Amino acid sequence: MAEVLEKESTKEELIDKVPKEPLFSKKNRKLLSDPMNDDNPITVQVLGICSALAITVKLYPALVMSVSVLFVMAAGNVIVSLMRNLIPNRIRIIVQLVVVASLVALVDQVLKAFAYDVSKELSVFVGLIITNCIIMGRLEAFALGNGVWKSFLDGIGNAFGYAWILLAVSFFRELLGSGTLFGYQVIPDSWYIANGGFYSNNGFMLLPPMALITVGIIIWVQRSRNTKLIED
Amino acid sequence: MQELINIFVKAIFVENMIFAYFLGMCSYLAVSKKVTTGVGLGLAVIFVLTVTVPANYLLQNFVLQEGALSWISPEFAEVDLSFLSFILFIAVIASMVQLVEMAVEKFAPALYGALGIFLPLIAVNCAILGGSLFMQERNYANITEATVFGFGSGIGWFLAIVAIAAIREKIQYSDVPAPLKGLGITFIVTGLMGIAFMSFMGIKL
Repeated sequence: MAEVLEKESTKEELIDKVPKEPLFSKKNRKLLSDPMNDDNPITVQVLGICSALAITVKLYPALVMSVSVLFVMAAGNVIVSLMRNLIPNRIRIIVQLVVVASLVALVDQVLKAFAYDVSKELSVFVGLIITNCIIMGRLEAFALGNGVWKSFLDGIGNAFGYAWILLAVSFFRELLGSGTLFGYQVIPDSWYIANGGFYSNNGFMLLPPMALITVGIIIWVQRSRNTKLIED
Repeated sequence: MQELINIFVKAIFVENMIFAYFLGMCSYLAVSKKVTTGVGLGLAVIFVLTVTVPANYLLQNFVLQEGALSWISPEFAEVDLSFLSFILFIAVIASMVQLVEMAVEKFAPALYGALGIFLPLIAVNCAILGGSLFMQERNYANITEATVFGFGSGIGWFLAIVAIAAIREKIQYSDVPAPLKGLGITFIVTGLMGIAFMSFMGIKL
């Protein structure tokens, strides 16, 4: 009897040891790198478009938004992943919404306290992180079925994938629309028509429809370089 | 009355949820491959917006706003709960969607069959939460105005999704460059529609 028990315990130890993999194994690194290109949340999964378009007039608000989303996604994924075996299936959406809404309320209060101007500029879009489909989508698709560390990496990866599109769009819109980057003037003063030059800002880039067209062009470039993403 | 019509027209055209604020883009892009599904989702959005905006209006004015609790007792006149608004708004929306779903299933099975899969999706549609947050930001004078605003925004969203779905059905027969097919061309077409809708921006109401 004792022998059997002993054997079983060694077996358990074995099972315990087998699935342990290094923190940054190939699979885990893929979780971080895939959302950058092949599985980008915006251009491939079509998640989180609303905020990506609305706050990309200038680089700085886009950066603040990216950092907020990074925080909410990483923390939300970890919390939901910790609770994944406790959440009843029928009410999981409400539970997820409450977790995300509390995190967003936290971000909103911090922004109001330390970066009031940006918070005013982002207006309702900070609140709308709650319904940003990236967050709900990743919680549903990943955090509910995977361990804490993997969910954390997935959250970070997707947030970076989201961030680089946001920054790329706002880079072009701010540069072409107002001739500045992060509020600093980049185009030399002497170029402008008012000073006898040949250049003038394209005010059209500042209007909302141009955000859509810029993202459309980014998708075009990405898919012509990465042909396996082409839809038929 | 004139004020109400102003709010209504403004919500549909001038401050269109899709073309001016990009709210509800995700479902707008995902569910606009066919006109019939687009109409289904659009109707559901109109319905839910018309219900949740006034509900959250009541919540805002009788619970959350600074001094809103003074109807209980004058001691609460300085309580400001507005930092709770995200959590409460989203809870109201999620439970309202669930309620609406059950009511529609019981009383109008045909409509439920048509809307069925779209209703639960709507809880996470940013247009819905956006409607409530704009209502909070703009301080409408009474509940009728808030309801008209919700209804008008819903109609604006409905028009936008039906239009893009019709265009996407037609675009299948056009010769679009391969890397632009599907998502890319939809973005660009939406951008062009947005430029067209900007012609309403000059209207002062």
